[in-house]
Amino acid sequence: MSRFDDRIPLPPTSAQTTNLTCHFCIVGCGYKVHKWPEHQEGGRAPQDNALGLDFTRQLAPLQAGLSPSMVNTIQDNDGSRHHIMIVPDKDCVVNQGQASTRGGMLGHLMYNGTGPSASRLTQPLLYRGANWRESPWEQALALYAGLTKKILDADGPDEIYFNLFDHGGAGGGYENTWGTGKLIFTGLQTQKVRIHNRPAYNSECHATRDMGINELNNSYEDAEVADVLWSIGNNPYETQTNYFLVHWIPNLQGSTVSKKQQWFPGETVGRGRAIFVDPRRTTSIAIAEQAAGAENVLHLAINPGTDTALFNGLLTYVAEQGWLDSEFIAQRTNGYEQALSANRLSLEDCSAITGVPVAQLIQAAEWSYQPKASGHLPRTMHAYEKGIIWGNDNYRIQSALVNLVLATGNVGGRRGAGVVRMGGHQEGYVRPPFPGGRPAPYVDGEIIAGRGKILTTWACDAFRSTHNAQNYRAAVIRRANIVREAIDQARGASTAELIDIIYDAVTNKGGLFVVSIDIYPKPFGEAGHMMLPATVPGEMNLTSMNGERRMRLSEKFMDAPGSAKPDCLIAADIANTLKALYEQDGNSAMATRFAGFDWRNEEDAFMDGFNRNDSELVTYERLRALGNNGVQLPVTGLENGLLVGTAVTYTERFDTEDGRAKFQPSPWNGLLAEAQQQKDKYPFWINNGRVNELWQTLYNDEHVEFRTSRWPMTLVEIGTDDAQRLGISSGDVVELFNDYGATQGMAHVEPTIKPGQVFMQTMGRNGVMGDLATTAVDQNILPYYKGTWADVRRVGDMGLSRTVTSKRRHFV
Amino acid sequence: MSLSRRDFFKVGGVGALAATVAPGTLAQSAVVPAGGAVLSHPATLVAEVGSLQDNQPVSFNYPDSSSPCQLLKMGRQVPGGVGPDGDIVAYSILCPHMGCPTQYDGEARSFKCGCHFSVFDPEMEGQQVCGQATQNMPRIELNFDAARGTVEAVGVHGLIYGRQANTL
Repeated sequence: MSRFDDRIPLPPTSAQTTNLTCHFCIVGCGYKVHKWPEHQEGGRAPQDNALGLDFTRQLAPLQAGLSPSMVNTIQDNDGSRHHIMIVPDKDCVVNQGQASTRGGMLGHLMYNGTGPSASRLTQPLLYRGANWRESPWEQALALYAGLTKKILDADGPDEIYFNLFDHGGAGGGYENTWGTGKLIFTGLQTQKVRIHNRPAYNSECHATRDMGINELNNSYEDAEVADVLWSIGNNPYETQTNYFLVHWIPNLQGSTVSKKQQWFPGETVGRGRAIFVDPRRTTSIAIAEQAAGAENVLHLAINPGTDTALFNGLLTYVAEQGWLDSEFIAQRTNGYEQALSANRLSLEDCSAITGVPVAQLIQAAEWSYQPKASGHLPRTMHAYEKGIIWGNDNYRIQSALVNLVLATGNVGGRRGAGVVRMGGHQEGYVRPPFPGGRPAPYVDGEIIAGRGKILTTWACDAFRSTHNAQNYRAAVIRRANIVREAIDQARGASTAELIDIIYDAVTNKGGLFVVSIDIYPKPFGEAGHMMLPATVPGEMNLTSMNGERRMRLSEKFMDAPGSAKPDCLIAADIANTLKALYEQDGNSAMATRFAGFDWRNEEDAFMDGFNRNDSELVTYERLRALGNNGVQLPVTGLENGLLVGTAVTYTERFDTEDGRAKFQPSPWNGLLAEAQQQKDKYPFWINNGRVNELWQTLYNDEHVEFRTSRWPMTLVEIGTDDAQRLGISSGDVVELFNDYGATQGMAHVEPTIKPGQVFMQTMGRNGVMGDLATTAVDQNILPYYKGTWADVRRVGDMGLSRTVTSKRRHFV
Repeated sequence: MSLSRRDFFKVGGVGALAATVAPGTLAQSAVVPAGGAVLSHPATLVAEVGSLQDNQPVSFNYPDSSSPCQLLKMGRQVPGGVGPDGDIVAYSILCPHMGCPTQYDGEARSFKCGCHFSVFDPEMEGQQVCGQATQNMPRIELNFDAARGTVEAVGVHGLIYGRQANTL
């Protein structure tokens, strides 16, 4: 950020310009990075600056999104200092020049030794003698690999645990998922791995994949031409902002009608409508009503956890009405009759379970599935996210939803349709096969139970992102402290001696050696014994794909802080150290398991991973040629030297043996038992989710004054009557508690929150919703994070209302 | 730069003031000498406090005629508020996200941007309540002249949309 908040330096026309995909949410907005020497600047005249904008006069609205947060001054390893400016790319088809409040902060967050990034990890740190000491990489790697080898040789891979990212964007990407996957699955061969936001190594979309449909099966353009947009357990304004603003809103405003006429000649088309399934009235619903008119927006405010019943009721109703795509069912699916018969639920029963009035159910079905005046079935896109994924029995809800979509032909090549997850992070997964089964081991439960000897947490923070979090955190800290006490006594110990001391503590005393590989020190790492510094996009080249499978290359434009390295190269360092240790032992079989990591840079990891395993056509050079628009996977070939991708998926075959999608019986089964128990005992349902201004575990945001001044504590939205009854005002600190734990937050009174419900920001920094989340999981160990009940009490006024707005977040 | 007669009349919403105070007589020149480290801002008469109504925005331009701003007397003391009741604040109304003019909603007591649905709180120094900007609403620093009962704009906190620097 500029030293001044009233001016910014402009990039001169000679500035270096590279591409960067925003590394936060799944939408993956395109940005241009301008970099130029510190003592130069561009002029205000349009021909004198790289933006080509005329700053001699006031810019018109929408001409640019430009703020002091997009500017920074950084230093490269050769000592040279540069200004950088990271601005949204007008030519990117995803965001079309728009920045969200998160991506608009990219420049500000780059490392410069001061400001929000000052606390970045820059060197390996080892816990020694009650404090953290910087350590050479060689020493850290010798300890890490030496201890790992000792455990592997003595106890086998099942004592080696990982908490591991599996996504794209920062702390992820094809290079890094491959590097870590190759180390962990091919080299170490452990199955004791859990994914960044859940306690086991599983997919959040097992059901739809089992039915033959990958969860990212349409394009953002489909949202522009849909007749009806379903948003199920999903709040796109705050979580996929520019997808919603750039592609959904124009449809709801009616400005894509001509595109629909062009694409679908002879078909009845008009302004898009939206149906939201959410117990809470979200900011997205309020905005959709502004765009489309309230008469074109339906809010099905279901009772928590009853989505399965909703989709089964609708399936039954559309079958009765005959609003089915019978030809599609006959030719491209299996199992319709069995699923319908198993899931049959009358509208009356559906209404009783979901709390949605019958009239609204019928309205939703008519909008979405009743043939249009032209006789065509409506084009209905079904988008879902954590309301289902973290919902009451993920596998069952997802099956019920996809059944409804299949029955109405709204997936499989039809434009304006699709059944898609909206997504959190971008994607960027390429790994050797997971060596465990399904369901995968319940890793967090095993850590609590005292199993495991070394736990590496890689670009994630399970203290903030697991269920039963308070008990988990307590177990990790208790077990890590056993090792700390042992290390404290190891004065002057060599690395070899230290390995023996730690091994004794984790084998005979119940200890756990904890390593964090990350960009910041986080509470999880700070409880442990070793921290290794990693990089973010821009400090390395990184590839990912967004929610429409659009793959881009984020180009490196600056050096990493200190000796920080890309995660894939840290994995390679670990593998190469292990390989050398086994070679010293003369154990060539084991040395071979850690071979193939002779990577000079992240591009080598990319070629070894994505290029070799996914598409040999895709190279950095070819991605660079496509800039911020990249290519939609899967790649099908080359045309004039440029990669050709796929906008429309499943036009002929689904991902099953016979190419037909599979219906799955998924009858309504009530609430998962542990959740029901808390419901029976406590008065408030604890809904939870992300908040617009905050990204995931707040790993950057908690260092940014603009964020912390708005959100000094975790948000807890509570309804007016409940707040009044409990004596709670906006800005008060409140405690939430149940049988699993207790946590705190900052109250915000929002009149549309229903009685007996609160909404809590997920993964907060000083209030962790996971502390209250029960151990309820689906058949694949997907937690029902959204389904916990607790009590709420006022703690008191700690002065937050003097600095934090109490105004409504809803645009009404 | 003092307020010219032409600029004064371009301040559309200040009807009451225009009717009661002779233009130019209260316009003060308080330009900071250009030293390079601080942008030079004019002092511009905005309103006579006695003519302000609670929760009714008054439009003016600052620091020049192409930068629309609004002044509000909130009717209760607020952070950064000036005047006898500490309740007068002013902001650049161009949304700091992408420059659409925000609208003041008296019922919600918030500024709202219809382009990308950002909401700002004039009673909390322009804090973004929810939205896509990466800074709060640029706040116009006000000076209350108790003797004259007037409020003048003397500076800006935060970068006004669409500018390399707040002064053109």
